[in-house]
Amino acid sequence: MLDYAWIIVFLPALSFVVILLFGKKLPRHGSEIGIAAVGASFVLACIAVVQWISRVENASESGGFKALGKGFLAKAGAHEVVVKPVVHSVTWWQNGGMKIGAGTQIDGLAVVLLLVVTLVSLLVHIYSTAYMHGDRRFTYFFAALSLFTASMLLLVVADNTLQLLVGWELVGLCSFMLIGHWWEEGVNSDAALKAFFTTRTGDIGLMIGVIVTFFAAGQTFNIVSINEAALAGNGGHAIWLGAAVCLLVGIIGKSGQFPLHTWLPDAMAGPTPVSALIHAATMVVAGVYLGARMYGVFWQGFSIHAGGVNAMALIGGVTIIIGALLAFVQDDIKKVLAYSTISQLGYMVMGLGVGAWTAAVFHLFTHAFFKALLFLAAGSISHSGSHHSFDMKRDMGGLRKYMPITFATFMIGSAALAGLPPFAGFFSKDEIIATAGHSGYTTFLYIGLVGAFLTAAYMTRAVYYTFFGEFRGHGEPHESPPAITIPLVVLAVMSVLTGWLNATVIHVEKFQQWFEPRFAFPTDVVHPSFEWGMAGIAVLVALAGVGVAYEYYWRGVGHGATERNPLARAGYTFLLNKYYLDDLYERVIVAGIKGPIARAAYWTNQNVIDAVVNGVGKGAVVVGRFTYDVIDQQVVDGAVNGVAEASGETGGLLRYMQSGRVQWYAAILFMAVAVLSLALIVFS
Amino acid sequence: MQLNQFLLLSAFLFCTGVYGVLARRNGVLVLMSVELMLNAVNINLVAFSAFNHGVSGQVFALFVITIAAAEVGVGLAIVLLIYRNLRSPDLDQVDQLKG
Repeated sequence: MLDYAWIIVFLPALSFVVILLFGKKLPRHGSEIGIAAVGASFVLACIAVVQWISRVENASESGGFKALGKGFLAKAGAHEVVVKPVVHSVTWWQNGGMKIGAGTQIDGLAVVLLLVVTLVSLLVHIYSTAYMHGDRRFTYFFAALSLFTASMLLLVVADNTLQLLVGWELVGLCSFMLIGHWWEEGVNSDAALKAFFTTRTGDIGLMIGVIVTFFAAGQTFNIVSINEAALAGNGGHAIWLGAAVCLLVGIIGKSGQFPLHTWLPDAMAGPTPVSALIHAATMVVAGVYLGARMYGVFWQGFSIHAGGVNAMALIGGVTIIIGALLAFVQDDIKKVLAYSTISQLGYMVMGLGVGAWTAAVFHLFTHAFFKALLFLAAGSISHSGSHHSFDMKRDMGGLRKYMPITFATFMIGSAALAGLPPFAGFFSKDEIIATAGHSGYTTFLYIGLVGAFLTAAYMTRAVYYTFFGEFRGHGEPHESPPAITIPLVVLAVMSVLTGWLNATVIHVEKFQQWFEPRFAFPTDVVHPSFEWGMAGIAVLVALAGVGVAYEYYWRGVGHGATERNPLARAGYTFLLNKYYLDDLYERVIVAGIKGPIARAAYWTNQNVIDAVVNGVGKGAVVVGRFTYDVIDQQVVDGAVNGVAEASGETGGLLRYMQSGRVQWYAAILFMAVAVLSLALIVFS
Repeated sequence: MQLNQFLLLSAFLFCTGVYGVLARRNGVLVLMSVELMLNAVNINLVAFSAFNHGVSGQVFALFVITIAAAEVGVGLAIVLLIYRNLRSPDLDQVDQLKG
């Protein structure tokens, strides 16, 4: 399967076309095709994962390095076995000597993403059959889901940056289509546009980055070559710093990092399954994936091995805190989850920034499951419990009695997100924090801990408002149908189990052993061993977050602080307005462009550019007038008219000779002969 | 006999022909006048030929007679068509080519 990975990408793409063409006529309106195609892709992705694992293990054994089985020792080995990615490429198009390929590059990172994307997408497909039942664009929705999945898979298997860019843009397009699925409401289409334009802002960085890496790596789009060139430092450090900054801008746009995170909460306007897909498996993880895929560039550009502070870690760290703080003031459960996604993506980017590659990708892996779980559970609540409302304070509360499965799975997801052992989030988050401490990024160690505290607290708040207290909505809440609960249960199981893949506490480091690249990858990446102290602190911090939130929301300790304390009130208002970032973008930047800058541009246009254009025009008119008056009218026309008049005059004179009378002609003839004869006689 | 006598006769005939061509209005008479001029030339040709003891002039005369016969054929056909179209042989009325 490693050699035929294109089939995994091709199936959903084919499904997109088939659903568009035939979907409406089928008994289940195209959903069965989408589920079948993505299901087949999921099976093939599983096979690919198994084959990749056996490839890694065989390589290890043939290299005579059995200790890899106890992965924690592997980091000590400078003689690690090289496992090359499986690359297949065809020439897409050719320009002169430059061949642009399209192909698949399958390695540990790619198979992990293939598995995550196909599994989450499959569950979202199944979930959507119930959630979107009766929607007026049901078929279209499934077609777009298929295309979305195919685009993300195309991005994941890309072996060159151009193909990656194509997948990247297709993912952005599909999320635009799906966020604006209910475009009849202006808010939804605005949100779709906002998501599209904001990510496009970041895409500019990615495009420049692709161009810079192309030249820096010696005119190649090949990702492996670029990583190798970057790690070797070809062409100097500065160019790789530039490339890394440009690519980081792309990540900031796509993965909702500060300061371009504002589109993500608005993207909640789309249907809930779409939110789950965007936040867990596709779209936002594309940015983190780019960071992991082009890690050589970042490693070299930001000098990640050096420790201290760098742009990538800083962006991630800031995003963790601001995202988590904003989650506290949202009443919409999906927006709480959206800000939590921003915060968790911050962890991943920070993890990449502090050199915790494996931990960051591992967090991406586990986060995909529990965040998809949380979103789908929120959708389940709105579907069956709160009459399509997402407002926790007004329409929810006390739902644990009515929706036991949703409640149980949501609790597992929340615990995983909060980083409580033994759930998945604990392992991945703890590893990011621990690596930050070990690589000389102490600041980010503390940021990570603060983030863990905030995460635990806001999830406790969300759980309180949703499931505890008295039911505040209307109607009879009930449990959702199996098509909704089965995906929840599957994801809940994954949220519990996946963490143990890299449970350093019991010396299981399968994830690192199987999926960390051993080719074109920094050799001095740090893998700290487990420390009880660090893990203990992380758990205590999370429990403290839960405890403080419990005290505040259940017991009411400290309630009314925002009314009594002006400082707290100011902070609350500040958060409620999302740091005024939207206002900054809309009123200052956009309005600035609309107002004075547009007027200045208009003035320049009118007075400078138009003046030039008008000057040229007027000059042309003068020259033209001269040409017309003098050359054309007098010289050319004069010549033509002169010839005509001369001919006319001559003709007028000669016409008298043409009397038409034969005898007159004869008389002239005779006279001429007589004259000629006379001349002959006289002159001879 | 002297050559002058032939030349005088020939000149008289030619002048008669020129007068007929220029002055007569009837197309048939104009044609006949042309014949007179041709025959005046014939007289000259034969006379010079006889006085120079050669035959080339007489051969020319034979050619002229043949051509004249053909010319009269064409000319009479034209005159007939003019008559048919204009109901008159009067050449003064044939001035459609007046410029």
